[in-house]
This record gives sequence, C-alpha cells and structure tokens, in this order.
Amino acid sequence: MSEETVQIFINDKEVTAPKGAMVIEVTDQLDVDVPRFCYHKKLSVAANCRMCMVEVENAPKPLPACATPVMEGMKVYTKSPLALDAQQGTMEFLLINHPLDCPVCDQGGECELQDIAMGYGNSVSRYTERKRVVPDKELGPLVSTDMTRCIHCTRCVRFGTEIAGISELGATGRGEFMEIGTYVEKSLSSELSGNVIDVCPVGALNAKPSRMSARAWEMVQSASVMPHDSVGSNVYLHTLRNQVMRVVPRENDEINETWISDRDRFSYEGLNASDRATQVMLKTDQGWQATDWDTSLTHVADKLKQYQVNDIGVLAAPHSTLEELYLLQKVFRQLGVNNIDHRTQQLDFIDQNAMPLFPYLGQTIKSIEENNSVFLVGSNIRLEQPMLAHRIRKANAIGCEVVSLNSQEFDFHFARHYTWNLAPQQWLQALAEIAKCADSIDKLPAELRNIVDAVNISTDAQQIYDLLNNSQQSSVMLGAIAQSHPQASALRALSDFIAQVTNSNFGMLAQSGNTVGAWLSGVLPHRFSAGEINPNAGLNASEMIATSRRAYVLFNLEPEFDFANSPQALEAMQTADFVVVFTPFNNEQIQQYADVILPIATFAETDGTFVNTVGHWQSIGKAVSAPGEARPAWKVLRVLANKLGFGDVQYQTSEQIRDELKQLFTDEIDFTSHLKDFSHVNLKSDVNKMHRVSETPIYAVDNIVRRASSLQIAVADQESHVAMSTEQAKQLDLLNEQVVRVVQGKREVTLPLRIVESMSDNCVWVQRSAAQKDTLGEAIAPVEVQRTANA
Amino acid sequence: MKTLINIIKSFTLFELLKGMSLTGKRFATKKFTVQYPEEKTPQSPRFRGLHALRKYPNGEERCIGCKLCEAVCPALAITIDSEEREDGSRRTTRYDIDLFKCVYCGFCEEACPVDAIVETRVFEYAFFERGQQIMTKDMLLEVGRKYEEEIAADRQADAPYR
Repeated sequence: MSEETVQIFINDKEVTAPKGAMVIEVTDQLDVDVPRFCYHKKLSVAANCRMCMVEVENAPKPLPACATPVMEGMKVYTKSPLALDAQQGTMEFLLINHPLDCPVCDQGGECELQDIAMGYGNSVSRYTERKRVVPDKELGPLVSTDMTRCIHCTRCVRFGTEIAGISELGATGRGEFMEIGTYVEKSLSSELSGNVIDVCPVGALNAKPSRMSARAWEMVQSASVMPHDSVGSNVYLHTLRNQVMRVVPRENDEINETWISDRDRFSYEGLNASDRATQVMLKTDQGWQATDWDTSLTHVADKLKQYQVNDIGVLAAPHSTLEELYLLQKVFRQLGVNNIDHRTQQLDFIDQNAMPLFPYLGQTIKSIEENNSVFLVGSNIRLEQPMLAHRIRKANAIGCEVVSLNSQEFDFHFARHYTWNLAPQQWLQALAEIAKCADSIDKLPAELRNIVDAVNISTDAQQIYDLLNNSQQSSVMLGAIAQSHPQASALRALSDFIAQVTNSNFGMLAQSGNTVGAWLSGVLPHRFSAGEINPNAGLNASEMIATSRRAYVLFNLEPEFDFANSPQALEAMQTADFVVVFTPFNNEQIQQYADVILPIATFAETDGTFVNTVGHWQSIGKAVSAPGEARPAWKVLRVLANKLGFGDVQYQTSEQIRDELKQLFTDEIDFTSHLKDFSHVNLKSDVNKMHRVSETPIYAVDNIVRRASSLQIAVADQESHVAMSTEQAKQLDLLNEQVVRVVQGKREVTLPLRIVESMSDNCVWVQRSAAQKDTLGEAIAPVEVQRTANA
Repeated sequence: MKTLINIIKSFTLFELLKGMSLTGKRFATKKFTVQYPEEKTPQSPRFRGLHALRKYPNGEERCIGCKLCEAVCPALAITIDSEEREDGSRRTTRYDIDLFKCVYCGFCEEACPVDAIVETRVFEYAFFERGQQIMTKDMLLEVGRKYEEEIAADRQADAPYR
C-alpha cells in the first residue's frame, strides 16, 4: 500500500512519516523518548495528561505530541528547554495530588509515573498543601483499586468503551473532584477486564489476586503461551521462588496485540492450587499408597499388556503440549491401541474422514479485522474465544456486519449484530434455507440436497445469504456449540457449502490451546501423525465411553467436567477395571475412578509447543519446576514406553520430539478449512422435541482454569439455572415456578428457572456454574421440563 | 667523627636510657588495653551490629514490605514474603536475615524508607547449631523491642547528618 508521506525533522534529524500520523508515533518509531500517560497506541487519543509536550518550530506554545499531526517540513524538538520546562511543569501538577509513597504502592518499580518523574520531574516537591484523598472502589475479585493514585489519564475508560466494548468505568465530577469509577458500584464483568491493570500507568488499578505479594523487580520473566483457548495468547509468566506470581501479556500483533483475556491472566492460580498432585499414587487392596515412578510405571506397563488392545481407551486433553500428545499416541499406537482421541467435547464424528488436516480458522487472526461480514454458527464467541471476539469487534466497529445462528441472543459486544434465534434442532433447516439461496446446490450429496430442497427460504435466510454473498470479504465460523451439536457433521457440511458458494472464508473455532496440535500429532482414532490415514480406525471419544472399555488412559482430563457427555464418561471410568490418570491434580473425585495417579507438570512447568487455530507453532520453555514428584509428561511417557519394551523411544529433550513430528510433514502443510466431501452427515434428529442447549462455562474449560480461585469468585454469582422464554414457560405451564425439573433420558436435575426473553421456542438453555458438574448428559439433546414433585 | 660519636653513645648507655625513658613515660600514662569482656570499647551511634525490626510507639510494625532492603542487599542475605493484611496494607509474612551471609554493610538500613530494619550496637552473639544464624521476623522484632530506646537515641543523634 503506497501511502502519502511527509518529511519532518525530529531533533534536527530528517525522517519520513506517513501523512496524518501523530508526532508521538514517529518519535516512538525512532526510539526518541517522549513521556506520556494518556497516550496508548491501541487506544484513541485523549490528550488530557499534557505530559508529551514538545516544541514545534513556529508554534507559539509547546504542543502535545500525541495530538499533533505531522506536517511537511515540521521541526520538532523533544528535548529543547521549552519542551523540558513544559514537561517538568506538567509533572509537578500531576504530583500535586499523587501520593509520594512509592514503597507502599504495589506499582512501585514498574510505574510509568515513577519512571517519568525520575526522568522528567523535579527532585524536590514544592507542594506543602493538603493532597486530595479518593475513596477506593470495589471492582470485583480481579482488579484492586487505589483511587487516590489515579491521575485521570482515562486509559481504562477508553479501554472499556473501545476494546472491551462495555462502558463499565467512567469519570464523574470535574477538575479536582473528578473520579474514575463504575457509576453504580459493581464488579467489572468484561472478559477482558484485567487489561485495565496493564493500561493504568500508575498504581490505581492493580491485579487483586497477586496484590502485595511480590515486587516487580524480584520476579523472573519467562515467555509463554496460554493454552486455554485456541488463540494461543502470548504472555510472560512472572515467577518468584519457583512459583508463578502473575501473568502479563506479551505483545504480538498477529495474535493477541497487547491484550489477554482474564482467563489467561488469572488462570495461573490453578497452578498453585491446593490439590496439586505431588506424589505417584497406586491403588492397592489396602487403599491408596504413595509409591515411586519406577514401581508405578512397571505396574502400569504390566497391567496394560494384560488387556486386548481394543479394550484400552486413550483419552487426552487438547490443552496438553504437542510433544505430550505426539508421544502419547506414539507409545499407545506402538502398543497396538487405536482407540485414541482428544475430541471429548464432540458428539458427532461421522464426517471425521472428510475433515481437513486440522480445524483451521480459514484466515489469519489479524485478517478477521478485514471482514465485511461474519456469520457465526452456534457460537458464544465472546466467552469461547475472547481474543477472536475482540478482532470481530474491531471489524464490527468499522462496518462489519455480524450475524449469528444461536438458540438465544448472547451478550455480544458488537455494535451491529443480528441473531437468528432458533432451537438447535432447527439449525440444520436454517442452514439448508441459506444454502438454498445459492444458484446451484449440485455440489451437495443427495441426502443433503433433499433436505435443502424440502425447505422454504425465509427472509432471515435470504438476508444472511445476501449479506455474505455481497460482502467483499466474509467469513462463516463454526463455534463450540455447533461443534458439540449431535448433528455437527451436517452443520459443518452446510456451513462449509454456504461459505464456498458465497465466496466466504470457512473457519472452525478450535476448542482449546492445542486442539490443532492434537489433530496434527494424530491423537485421533482415524488418523496417524501428520494426517496420515489410519486404515484400522479405532473408537472415537464418544464411542469409547459409550461402550465401556476395560482400561482407560486419561491424559490431563477430568471426565466429570471435560466431556460433552460427562456423566456417561464418569460412569465409564468408574466401571472400568483399570484407569491410569496422568494429571497435575489429585483429589477425592479423581481417586474414585483412578487406579494409578501419575503426577505430571502443567504447561508452565514443561517445555512444549502449542499450535493455535491458524496453525502457528509456538514453542515455550518451562518457567518453574513441577511440585514434588510431578514430572513433565513427555518424560513420563518416555519411561513408560521403555517399560513397555519400546527401546527406540529415547528422547533427551522435548525439541527432539517436536522435530520428529515436524519431519513427518513431508509436503507443505495444507492450510484449508474446507471438508474433503459432504457425503457423511448425520441427519437424524427429533425436530419436534424440545432440546436443551448448553456450553462449557468460560471459567470451566480445563482443569487449571477450574482451580483458579479468583476467576471462580468472579463468576460465583452465576449459578446453575435453566432458561426459557415466557412463551415457552407458558406453554409448559411453568410460568409461576421457581425451580423446575429437567429430565434428559434417565437422568434428571432440579434447577432454578429463569425467564430469558430471547430464548427461541422449543429449547431451553441449561447453564451450569463453573464449579458444577453436568449431570444430565449430552450438551444438546431432547429434554422434558416439568414441575418439581412437591409443587 | 661518626665512629667517635658511636663510641661515646655506647659507653654512656645512651640508647638504653632512651628506651627506658619511653618505658617510664608510658608507665605513668593511661592504658589503652581494654579488659574485654569485663570492659567494653566505646561505640559510635552508627555502629552496625545485629539487625532489628522496629515498631512504632503505638505497637504497629514499621515494615511495609516494600522489599527495598532485599533488593539492595549485596549478599542476598534477606528473604521476604509479603501479603495484603486485612486493612489493605502490605505486610511481611516472613522476614529472614541469614547472618552468615550478611556483611553488615548497612545498605538495608539506608534503603529502608520507614526506618524499620536497623542495625543495633549488639555484636556479641554466637551460634551453636546449624540454622540458628537465620534471624526470623519474630526474632528481629524482639531485638527491636529490647533495644528500642537505644536505637531511637542513635537515630536521633545521627539525624542531622542524614
């Protein structure tokens, strides 16, 4: 892109700058230091701190560099006596009301005000009058406040309106009486709220979980990648004496810019949870006994050899590292086991052979911003993938239309957004209607064509089709709810078809930090590593738990939470003969079904690689050592392999494992999200029966997040409930009920009833709190809702 | 000439008398030797001996857990853990000084913004077991309690020069 440029002089040095750029952007690029508080490169310009004063030739007064656009021949002096004098004056004004007790403040040592006061301020204060005091605000369990320290730069306010999309913080009062706060006392509810801690240049907003526990200078910083969503946000783990004390974003414009979600920021508390597994445990006739690695792995190897290979089921969590996943499948494949899977949140696997190499987003994360329209199928993207939702929001802010097919209107922060509200059993028909708008449906196989032929195009469908078709760049994204749908294959096929006929990007939102890595490394029943077809496909995750196996290997998973059909998974584990659990945690629940507990390291305690939803490989090193006897899982698997008699598994470093996998990709990696064909789809459904819909709560996605206490407190008021519309409640004669009974097959649960007007007919939303297990069964399935017996 | 003078000096016992006169002079003057431990040498108010943690007269501990002493310590002798107290202020949960590592440079004292960690005039202490050299927070506070008057007087005396 050719841009118009201008020549300007910074401190007598000639530079070329793009027209319309602000002076501060040019000086930043040149590494010329200009002090600032309110300016932040990802936020709008407010020019209210007045710290970035620079001298511009022929200007009568110093000008703020952040709000002065460059002009041809402009001569800027950042260190002239006039500029320095202006900066010093501003500094003195700012320090009038700011306490001078840096040793007390938690920001001390990493404070922009402290740094700039040292560099640009006076050494002695002339101010002897009283300073103002502002009462602290209660902003919930994640952000602590010291409002007396606030210098009113309004970065947090602008962050709320511009990035998070919720105006939660604002300024009230003027001049001396100006205060930042929530207008009505409430907790910050945004899933990105933790970023106000980073944007705050002073100690007014700080991280509550790590408050007062460590100082900036004593912590060691290790680069890492967060595994809780498929974006793979880049972070720094700050550690002190072998403990992760806090997590801050690492800038990467391609992935997470300068932000991270609260889930990534505060999940580290799970690493220090009280139920970390620190000892190898073996269940014997006398109960649980601590043992050593050698004994336990010999025992595991002997035991596993006793079973038919088809009686063993291997289930792995997709937030494990690539090396662990690759080695896991390698060891068990060598043993002859084909029942290997990571897709525990999925119910429909019929199209697994048609799947591309990995569930690809279809575009880079950055290019989401360039979309003119986005169609979300079954996705509460804001809670599933906060950083992708942020990119869509950025696109939305400059005109991108966002439409979604969901069972209700989710609390999206998009300015222009339309939800096509339909019960999940009708989504197939809805997509068929959109597909029917296409000129030709010949590409579809007969089964799907029949369905498409049978529907009548509604105005909603026509509008969505036209929107996608007429947009220069558009995307169809398949969310987590659609992917755990019992007809996921059909939804996937039709979404892909719609994307193809409307010339849109088709993307699948991968669920977890290494879902893509699990696909590439072959933690799948039907494919080996690097996508090679397995002729003897094993059982998928759903089949493995439905047809109980005699032995299970659980890798980093907790069956009571991590399955689309958790109660069934838990039952399968409890009835199995022998369950080996690789887990960083050890509690009573795990001891109920486990026979061997092998304590393993978490992502922060091992070297490893994560592959994000756009196929970007990111290797990280360990930041701390695992507690007690816990060891990096790849080392455990290596020893287990040797115990099983596979002498060739000899790795010294995790890099060797990664490189071995990398070499298997002989061809260029095929970056496509399109299905190979649409011929295998599941069309069975009970359209007329009422269905339940649910999704994994934002802070329950994996075993680490579930133990992050502050995040759990943040959602503590989100209790389990069942939601339906007034219309639906009237129909079922439940309008006056407080609690109702939800019956799903053999299982039932009694939950409080909430009326949510946007719920579509013929379905209910079953929300479970993050700490609650799902005891009903499949995430999307027919249910009956009844009055409680005693009512 | 030189030989002659030497002969005269030798025969008159000049050198001996010169030496004896010094002995005689010192015999009558005040002695420098101190009979430790019965007697003690005088100490400066800036003496840097055993560490102490001080409290305010109202009983509130001075230390705010800013960890500047830990950061400045050239021997890495100080280890601090801190957390938020109920009233919202930062307090130490652990304040250990390893007296084997400490070089008694007094930087911790200099760095402390609230005069909480100080070095007292106490220098007579010994350890008989491994591990005794670690001064914990309670031990340091106890030293502070015991010598508070002296510590306060010493800071007062040194105040004009700081």
